[in-house]
Amino acid sequence: MPVLIPLTLADAVGAFATYPEAVALAGGTDFMVEVNEGHRSIPWRSGTVVALGRVPELTSYSVDQQRRTVTLGAAVTWSTIELDPLRSLLPALAEAARTVGSPQIRNAGTVGGNLATCSPAGDGLPVLAALDASVTLASARGSRTMPVRQFMVGVKRTAIDPGELITSITLPLLDGWQGYSKVGVRNAMVIATASACVAVDRPTRSVRIALGSVAPTVVRCDLAERIASDGADWSALRLPPDVAGRAADAAVAASRPIDDHRSTAAYRRHAVGVMVARLLDRAFPGDGAA
Amino acid sequence: MNEQYTLHVNGSVHPVADAWLGENLLFVLRERLGFMAAKGACEQGECGSCSVLVDDNLVCSCLVMAAAAVGQPILTVESLAPPGVPSDVQQAFIDAGAVQCGFCTPGLVIAAHALLADEPNPTEMVIREALSGNVCRCTGYGRIIDAVQQVSVARRSSSGLAESPGAP
Repeated sequence: MPVLIPLTLADAVGAFATYPEAVALAGGTDFMVEVNEGHRSIPWRSGTVVALGRVPELTSYSVDQQRRTVTLGAAVTWSTIELDPLRSLLPALAEAARTVGSPQIRNAGTVGGNLATCSPAGDGLPVLAALDASVTLASARGSRTMPVRQFMVGVKRTAIDPGELITSITLPLLDGWQGYSKVGVRNAMVIATASACVAVDRPTRSVRIALGSVAPTVVRCDLAERIASDGADWSALRLPPDVAGRAADAAVAASRPIDDHRSTAAYRRHAVGVMVARLLDRAFPGDGAA
Repeated sequence: MNEQYTLHVNGSVHPVADAWLGENLLFVLRERLGFMAAKGACEQGECGSCSVLVDDNLVCSCLVMAAAAVGQPILTVESLAPPGVPSDVQQAFIDAGAVQCGFCTPGLVIAAHALLADEPNPTEMVIREALSGNVCRCTGYGRIIDAVQQVSVARRSSSGLAESPGAP
């Protein structure tokens, strides 16, 4: 069985129906590392590899101004997301995109692959969680859509069933400031030690705060969000310093980091507090202009 | 599992026979097809030594499954100029002293080539970002940045000279 390279979504879905154990290959930036290091075997007999990069439905995106949503095909690359027009529509995701690997990695790596790998350190995942993105999966049985937070089950574990593939990710177009922050040992080519996303929606007066690399999957900080949205002066877009401090403390309390080869739990807690405070500061500049 | 497939490398078709299908493009280019420019160092996408263009996209060939690149144009540094006649980017690397041990050079040259094709007049920050996926342990990058800037300036002045006689 050769590597399958479907050119339509129907053929891609058909490939997984025929070979439920097939490996979905998007950018290969996670998968091929495991193959190169011999950590991943490919089930050539019972399945195969299905390369998704040439399925137009998966490599394109669409904007629905009426519903105020953007739908990203699962194989849209980070280098597409970091540039306009997506940069203007999804600023926090674009900021996260710019921190993914290197230009070479961003040219190959995809948003769907980030989700499918479901690493605790996945750069895009805090943004998807903060924006309450939804994930659409397809199989021969049909398609289903679920919240991204339900999709991410554990460390490198997702709700994908055998024979299913991620087709798209839908994100809302929020009205308000949003941004992403990441701590690592250097600027380029770094896996996040800790990351955070803050996104504001002014019409609903909601503040969304999500953290990466500090728990098995992304953490949404419900209490910190409530503290910030209840304590904000929404007309002036101002957040009193003590409120920002309490929100940051609540975010730290919501994190569940570990000590590992990349950092310590104590440092990650500290980093989360600093990032959330800074992001809130940018989200609520106090002059009503943001 | 082994299958035969063909790759389009540097403008010609190359059969790959009896290869394991999980092989990465870097391995196939070097060990099966004899294109030795792209270098293998980290094999996990961290160093950029193996950079090539696949379908005009700068990627790490160590992270491309070769059998999934069937039908896509693949360009390595070998395609930039004939042997012994360096491209302007290659010559600028020599002139600027941007080559020391040389191991990272093919990856950097193709990354610089891709950058200048996309953005003929990059700022230093843009150059640094564009080359941020290519690790060099010798030069400290300064002379590499100089080389890219030299190409940018030279291309601008030569196109300016070429246009000036007919310009209004």
